[in-house]
Amino acid sequence: MVLSVKQAEAKPVFHALADPTRRGIFEELTRRGEQTVHALTRYAGISQPAVSKHLSVLKRANLVRHRREGRETHYRAEPEALAPVIDWLKEYGVFWRERFDRLESLLERMDP
Amino acid sequence: MSDQYEPNLTSTLVIERVFPHPPEKLWRALTESSLLAEWLMSNDFEPVAGRRFRFQAGAMPTWDGAIDCEVQVVEPWKRLSYRWSALGLDSVVLWTLTPVDTGTRLRLEHSGFRADQEKAYKGANYGWQKFLGNLERLLGEEVQ
Repeated sequence: MVLSVKQAEAKPVFHALADPTRRGIFEELTRRGEQTVHALTRYAGISQPAVSKHLSVLKRANLVRHRREGRETHYRAEPEALAPVIDWLKEYGVFWRERFDRLESLLERMDP
Repeated sequence: MSDQYEPNLTSTLVIERVFPHPPEKLWRALTESSLLAEWLMSNDFEPVAGRRFRFQAGAMPTWDGAIDCEVQVVEPWKRLSYRWSALGLDSVVLWTLTPVDTGTRLRLEHSGFRADQEKAYKGANYGWQKFLGNLERLLGEEVQ
C-alpha cells in the first residue's frame, strides 16, 4: 500500500475547495491578485458576513492570507497551499495504475 | 497497454485503459468480493447501493490500513461508485465501463471532493476544471 499518512494534510484543502462559492472567491483572488473584503463581496453577490465566513475557511486551509489597512481587510491567494492536493493525486495515480496492472493479469487468468 | 492519464491539477484523478475483455467480465472483477481481493484489496464488498464495506490494506505503524466505503451507484456492466474514506479523507471512486471494438474501456475517476449530491457536484466540477486550467498557468509562472 503506497498511501502515506501525509494525505491527511489534503483534508482542509479539499474541504475548503469543495464549496463552489469558496472556489469562486479563491479563483478571483488567483486571477486578479489582492482584493478587499468589500470587492470580494461585490464579486460573490452574497452578504459580507457570508464572504467573511468563506474566507476564514480558506484561511484555515492556508489558501489565503490577509492584511489590514485602515478599515479595510485585504486578501490574497496562496496557491502553494494546493500542494497536498497535488501529492494526493500523484500518490493515487501510482496506486491505481499498479492496480490496473494487477486487474489486467487477473482478467487473463479468469474464465471467459 | 498504455493508460490515458490526466495528471494535471484537478481534484479528480482520471485513468482509462482498454481491456481486451467484455464488460461482463470486467464487471465481475469489479464486483465479486473474492476477485476484487485478488487485484485491489481484501474486502467485504457487495454490489448493493447504500451498503457499507471496508477495504483492508496492510497495516502501517501510524494507520490500521482500513478504507471505509459505502456503495453509491450500481448499474450492472456500466457504472459503479463508492465513497472511499481513508486517513480521515473522504473521496469518491467512480468506475465506468464502455464497450469498444477491441473490448471494454474502463474509466476510473477518483475525486477528492465528497460528492453527496452528484448533480451539484457535476455542476461545480465544470467550473473547477476551467479554473484549474488558469491556475496551472499561474502556478507555472509563480511557483516554478
